[in-house]
Amino acid sequence: MAGLKSRKRRYRVSKGLAPYLFLAPFALLFIAFLIAPMAYAFNLAIYKTTVIAGTKFVGADNFVRALGDPKFWQGVVVLLKFAVIQIPGMVAVALLIALILDSGTVYAKSFFRISFFLPYAVPAVIATLIWGYLYGPAFGPFTQLANYLGLPPPNFLSKDAILPSIANIANWEYTGYQMIIYYAALQAIPQDLEEAASMDGANSFTYAIRVKLPLIAPMIVVTVIFSIIGSLQLFSEPYLLHNLAPLSITNSYTPNYYAYTLAFANQQYNYSAAISFVLGAVTAVISYAFMLIVNRGGRT
Amino acid sequence: MLSAILLVIWLYTALPLFYVLVSATKSNNDLFTSFGLWFTSDFRLFENIRGVFSFQGGIFSRWLLNTVVYATTAGIGAALFSTMAGYALAKYDFRGKRLVFAIILGAVMIPQTALVVPLFLLMSKVGMVNTPWAVILPSLVYPPGVFLMRVYADDAIPNELIDAGRVDGAGEFHIFFSLALRLLMPGFATVLILSFVATWNNYFLPLVVLSSAEYFPVTVGLAQWYASATVGSGGGAALFTLVLAGALISVLPVIIAFIVMQRFWQGGLGAGGVKA
Repeated sequence: MAGLKSRKRRYRVSKGLAPYLFLAPFALLFIAFLIAPMAYAFNLAIYKTTVIAGTKFVGADNFVRALGDPKFWQGVVVLLKFAVIQIPGMVAVALLIALILDSGTVYAKSFFRISFFLPYAVPAVIATLIWGYLYGPAFGPFTQLANYLGLPPPNFLSKDAILPSIANIANWEYTGYQMIIYYAALQAIPQDLEEAASMDGANSFTYAIRVKLPLIAPMIVVTVIFSIIGSLQLFSEPYLLHNLAPLSITNSYTPNYYAYTLAFANQQYNYSAAISFVLGAVTAVISYAFMLIVNRGGRT
Repeated sequence: MLSAILLVIWLYTALPLFYVLVSATKSNNDLFTSFGLWFTSDFRLFENIRGVFSFQGGIFSRWLLNTVVYATTAGIGAALFSTMAGYALAKYDFRGKRLVFAIILGAVMIPQTALVVPLFLLMSKVGMVNTPWAVILPSLVYPPGVFLMRVYADDAIPNELIDAGRVDGAGEFHIFFSLALRLLMPGFATVLILSFVATWNNYFLPLVVLSSAEYFPVTVGLAQWYASATVGSGGGAALFTLVLAGALISVLPVIIAFIVMQRFWQGGLGAGGVKA
């Protein structure tokens, strides 16, 4: 009866139930495609499958093995180096562009703003293969230029150069995106601050350094944390450059690459899951540590 | 001086795009022998484009279509679900609210790619691997979108508006879909763009969960051509111009979309960025 009655009226949910219903679609997908794989990875990681013994419970063995696996840690070290090479340069250039565009004394501002942002529309895969062509030792333009000038051709793919070369691809892809975020933050700074500063005799350069930068510092910290997380996930760029530089990029070059190789080349699913899990944990620890350091630095 | 700095960075930004444009107009022979950063008299752009669309039975157009379908579905879905969830977190008091928000905030920190291999293993258990759903469904989960929309809804929707709606006898869903959603549109558009681009650009997930070429997005398909071009001796090398022309074709739509819709992403990313 009650059901019939309410169906006659317009369908209506109570105020108490509504938030749960609004959350439901996201929550269901979140559980199915984020929580469940994590739980499943954990479950896989505590077992071990061998041809002879079948699948048996091994407890923390796979995690212990991952934590002591030099290939895994080499990958982490490579990515930490990568982060150190890539992030400061990207942030500095993005800030520089944002400050210039915000300061208002240049031509064609919106043209530059859009141009710098466009690489964000290029998938990492395509950016990598384009740069792969540019780096190419056979017919890349840089090699051609060096040959023309009679110089030794640069080797962008050697063991020493490969990490900066990958960092360059990442810089090309993401600097514009960072710039847009900083630019928006700068634009949100109230105009009257600048008037006050100029009355105190600050020129626009000192104003930018002394007033604007500190105001958007928290925003910079957030973007750096996300960049660190992103760096530790590196996969597409080295994976695609592997054919071009097989000696410089091994199939365990980054932890994600290693997990991929373990799962799909070696069929070691259980151990691969453990590596994924430990990588997630390492990422969390590193970004948390970075936040702690920044917060402490900010307070003193 | 400042303009000069911008110009130098602009040249750097434009270089790879210009290179693709130039290379896509060349014959395979010219690609190896002529200077990489300028055109040759033998203008082959249209032949190359025709080549891209006819190679391997014209599978490239299928890849483009797949990419559009994946990115559009995931973009709209992620934006809608994030907006609903963000609205619930911003505008209602309910049990477990703080916990839910804490979990979502934590999830923003979880590297999505670390989940790809486990996701593949789990989905192969339920037979979802190598279907479009294997790409679309995980891409619908976009925790940063929820975070962004919660902050946005907090500011953009006055509580009085919701109360007024209730007094007028409107149901909770009616209030959301006909009043709140309109005010949330700028935030919605931001999440839509971000998740659309994330799916459009995604490589690792589709690479792992798809095995039939007919389901590939452009990223996976082109990368496969690229791999056979770099490995291949003789036959593979003919693929070089195709890969470059394919790259040009696949980045052009998004670049044009960005230029046309600049008002949306500049406003939206700005708002999102400032508040995040």
